[in-house]
Amino acid sequence: MQVSVNINGVEHSRDIEPRTLLVHFIRDDLQMRGTHWGCDTSNCGACTVWVDGAPVKSCTMLAVQAEGAEVTTVEGLVKDGALDPIQEGFTECHGLQCGYCTPGMMMTGRWLVDQNPNITREEIREGISGNICRCTGYKNILDAIEYARDHANSEVSA
Amino acid sequence: MTAVEEVPTSAAGNPIGFGRMVRKEDVRFVRGEGNYVDDVNLPGMLHGAILRSPFAHAKINSIDTSAALALPGVVAVVTGKDLEGLGLAWMPTLSYDTQAVLATDKVRFQGQEVAFVIAESRYIARDALELIDVDYDPLPVVADAKKALDPGAPIIRDDKEGKTDNIVYEKWEAGDEAVTDAAFAGADVVVTQEILYPRVHPSPMETCGSVAHMDPVTGKLILWTTTQAPHAHRTVYALVAGLPEHKIQVISPDVGGGFGNKVPIYPGYVLSIVGSIVAKRPVKWMEDRSENLMSTGFARDYHMTTSIASTKEGKILGVKVDVLADHGAFNGVAQPTNYPAGFFSIFSGSYDYPAAYCKVKAVYTNKAPGGVAYACSFRITEAVYAIERIVDCLAQELNMDPAELRLKNLLRPEQFPYKSPTGWEYDSGEYEKTMKVAMEMVGYDELRKEQAEKRAKGEYMGIGISFFTEGVGAGPRKHMDILGLGMADGCDLRVHPTGKAQVRLSVQTQGQGHETTFAQIVSHELGIPPEDIEVIHGDTDNTPFGLGTYGSRSTPVSGAAAALVARKVRDRARIVAAAALECAPDDLEWELGRWFVKGDPERGKTIQEIAMAAHGSLELPEGVEGHLDAQVVYNPPDLTYPYGCYICVVDVDPGTGQVKVRRFVAVDDCGTRINPMIVEGQVHGGLADGVGMALMELIAFDEDGNNLGGSFMDYLLPTSMECPDWELGETVTPSPHHPIGAKGVGESATVGSPAAVVNAVIDAIAPFGVRHADMPLTPANVWRAIQGNPIRTDMAVE
Repeated sequence: MQVSVNINGVEHSRDIEPRTLLVHFIRDDLQMRGTHWGCDTSNCGACTVWVDGAPVKSCTMLAVQAEGAEVTTVEGLVKDGALDPIQEGFTECHGLQCGYCTPGMMMTGRWLVDQNPNITREEIREGISGNICRCTGYKNILDAIEYARDHANSEVSA
Repeated sequence: MTAVEEVPTSAAGNPIGFGRMVRKEDVRFVRGEGNYVDDVNLPGMLHGAILRSPFAHAKINSIDTSAALALPGVVAVVTGKDLEGLGLAWMPTLSYDTQAVLATDKVRFQGQEVAFVIAESRYIARDALELIDVDYDPLPVVADAKKALDPGAPIIRDDKEGKTDNIVYEKWEAGDEAVTDAAFAGADVVVTQEILYPRVHPSPMETCGSVAHMDPVTGKLILWTTTQAPHAHRTVYALVAGLPEHKIQVISPDVGGGFGNKVPIYPGYVLSIVGSIVAKRPVKWMEDRSENLMSTGFARDYHMTTSIASTKEGKILGVKVDVLADHGAFNGVAQPTNYPAGFFSIFSGSYDYPAAYCKVKAVYTNKAPGGVAYACSFRITEAVYAIERIVDCLAQELNMDPAELRLKNLLRPEQFPYKSPTGWEYDSGEYEKTMKVAMEMVGYDELRKEQAEKRAKGEYMGIGISFFTEGVGAGPRKHMDILGLGMADGCDLRVHPTGKAQVRLSVQTQGQGHETTFAQIVSHELGIPPEDIEVIHGDTDNTPFGLGTYGSRSTPVSGAAAALVARKVRDRARIVAAAALECAPDDLEWELGRWFVKGDPERGKTIQEIAMAAHGSLELPEGVEGHLDAQVVYNPPDLTYPYGCYICVVDVDPGTGQVKVRRFVAVDDCGTRINPMIVEGQVHGGLADGVGMALMELIAFDEDGNNLGGSFMDYLLPTSMECPDWELGETVTPSPHHPIGAKGVGESATVGSPAAVVNAVIDAIAPFGVRHADMPLTPANVWRAIQGNPIRTDMAVE
C-alpha cells in the first residue's frame, strides 16, 4: 500500500507491504542508515526517531502508522551544516564509543532538553533509561545531554 | 595521581602525542554516517535467514523445504544435506573442535542452525522459515554441567567417533598440587566456597551479520562481516571452504560493539558465503536479537569450588580452585591453543603467597557454544571473581576488615617482576599505593562508621572491594597461537611527501577509538599532528596480518607495533635529514617532529620537510631507499599486567532485596595512558558490565534446555538507572617491556568490577548470616539469601 511520510522536512512516498516496520521503511526503503536496529522488543532504543515531535521506537511502529506524520531522524539534527548541540555534546563529552546506540540516544536526549530546558541530571538519567548503551556506562552520555541542555539554552537566550 | 605530561598542541588544538582529544571517528557517528554491516547494500543483493532448532536435543528425521521453495521471492533453501555434498556441513572451531554449520544428524542446542533461506527480501526470507517442515524426535537433554558427568547421561557429541562421554577435556591444571596441599595442611584457617560464575552474554548493540559477495567471474570473495579479527577469519575461511586465501577480502566496517561476541566464526557467516556462491548474487545475513542471545558466543558458565588457607592473623598461605566448565554443545571458545582454560590460572591474584593450584574439567551440554567472550581477557574475569570472592569469605571467617586483609597480603613493589605460583611473570606494580588511592577517594573509614551506625538502625549498606591483576596483550608467539596462527601483529606506516601519514593496523576497533589512539601513538613518536594521521584498519586487502582485537590486546600488541614502526620511520628520517643537512646521522638529535644538528638547534629539518626530501631528488647514501615508510611485526616478549582497585558502595533493602549501587570508585593502573579520555570511557563501560553481571544479567536454561534469556525482555542489561556516576582515579606504573609503557585497559573494568559489587552486597547482608550468594543478585535472590534459602540461577526475571 502507498504510504507518505515527511522525514526531516522531505516528503517520501512509497508502495510498501502494510506490515513494514517504520525502522525498515527508513533504513531499507529510504536508505537512510543512521537509524539503527538493536532488539525487536522496544527495549534498547537504538531505533528511536521522533514522530510528530515525540520519541518513538521505530522497530515497534508500522510505517503505515506514520502516514502523514512528520518524522525526524538523526540525519535531521544537522542544521545548515552545523552540528546540533546534542551532537556537539556527545563528541565533546566522549558520549559514544561504537556509535551504534548513539543516534537513538541523541534523539531521546535532545527531546528531553527540548521538553525541559532546566532538566536535572537525575531527570535525564530517568529519561534515557529506555535507551541501552553497552559501551559507555552512561556517565558521559549524561554529561553530553547536560552539555546540550546548557548550550541549546544559551543559543535560545542569545 | 600522576601529573599529565605537558605536550605541545597542533594547529587544530590536538595534543601532538598523548593527551585528551576528542575522537576522530565521532565525526561520522554523531551524524548517523557510520557504516555498519547492515548498512552495506549491494546491487542485486539477496537476504538470508536461518531456521533454528526449537529443541535443545533432537534427532532430525527429515526436512521438507518444498513449500518454502514455492514461495515467490525465495531463491534457494540450503540444508545440512546440501552442505554435506559440498563438504561444508561442519566447520572447525577456534579450539580444534568441530561445529555444525547446518545440523545434519541431530540438533544439540536450542537455536542451532538447521536450514538457510535465501530470498529477495528480509521479510520473504523470514516468511519462508515458517514453511520449512522439520520432523524431529526429541532426545533427553543435558542442561546442567554436573549432570553431563552422570554415567547414564545422553551423549551429545556422538558425531565424534568413539565418543562415550560428554567430556571436552578431563583435566587441565596449573600450579603445584602437592605444595598447595602442604600449605593447606599447615594452615590455621581454611575456607571453601562453591562459587558459580553464571552464563552471561556480551550482547553488543549491533548483532552479528555479514554480506558475502562471491564474484562468479573472478572467483574473488568479499565478505563484509562483524568481526573483531578480520585476518584470522580470512585464514579460517580459506581452511574451511578451501577458498584461495589471496582471493578472500574480509572487511570489518564499523562494528557496533564486540566484547568478544565477534571473535568466533558463526554458521551464519559461512552460510552467507555459501548463499552467494549458490545464488551467484551478494547475500546479506543479519541475525536478530534473539538469535544473537541464543546462538552466539556466551561467556563464563564456570563452577568454581574455591578454597583459601591462611594463618589466624590473616596471612594467606595458598589457594585452590576446582573448576567444572560448561562449554555448551561445541567447544567454540576462542583462546590460545596451549590454554584450554584461557588464562584462568592467573587466579592467584594480586597477593603474595607461594602455593596455588587449579584444575579444570570441561564438559559438553545441550547449550549454545562459546565460553570465552564478554571482555573476559581469556577467563581472567572468572579468575578474579574467584579469588576476590574467596578473600572476602576469608575476611568474614577471620572477622577481619577485607581492606586490612588485602593490604596485609598485596604484592610489594620490590617483588616485581613477580613470578606467580602458577607461572605468570607480572611486569610491574605498586599495589598498595593504588589501593590506598581508592580507599582515600571513597572515604573508606567514614563509610565503615556509617555502616555501623546504619546497622544499629536496621539499615543495610555494604562496601565491597576488588583488587585485580590481569595479564593481557597475548601474546608471545612461542607460547600463544590460535589455530596455529601466532599472536603477533603487523603495522605499516607511510608518510606521504607532504608529511601526512597513513598507518595500517591488523587490529580492528569496535568502539575503542583506534582511529584516535593509534594516530596519537604515531604522533608521539614522529611529531606529526594526530589530525594528519589516518588510521586504516578492518580490511584484509589493505592492512598487514595480525590476530585482531580481543583480550585487551590492541594497545599492548598493535600499539607497540605502531610505536616501533614510527621509530623505524624516524630512523630513516634521520638519514634523510643528515643528507639534506650535509652532516652525519650521528650528528643529529631528535626533538618532537624534527631532527636538528647537535649544538646548533637552528639547523634542522622538520619531519614534513624530511618527508618531501625523501620523495624528491635529494641524493641519499648508498643503500638507503627513498620515501618514508616502514613496516614491522611485533611479537610481544611477554604479557602486560594492568591492575586496579575497585570499591563499590551499595544500599540493600532487606524487605525487597533491592540493591542500589550508591557509589563506585575505580582506580586503574594501565601504565601509560595514551588518551586519558578514551581510557576513562573504556573503564566506565566495563564498570556498567560489572553491575549488570552482578545484579541482572543471566542466560538461564530450564531442564529441557530452553533458553530463558532469549530477548532483552528476559536478558536484562544495565540502564542509566542502575549505573551511578563512576568515580575514577589512576596510578601510572608503566610496563617495563612495552615500547611506550602501556598495559591495555579495554577489559580491566569488566574483569575487576563484578567482585566489588557482589562483595558489597554480601557485606551489606552479612548480618543475616550470609557468606556467599551467586550472581545475579536480583532482588529475589538477595531476598532468598537473607531468608537463608538457596538462590536461583535458573531464572533472571521473576
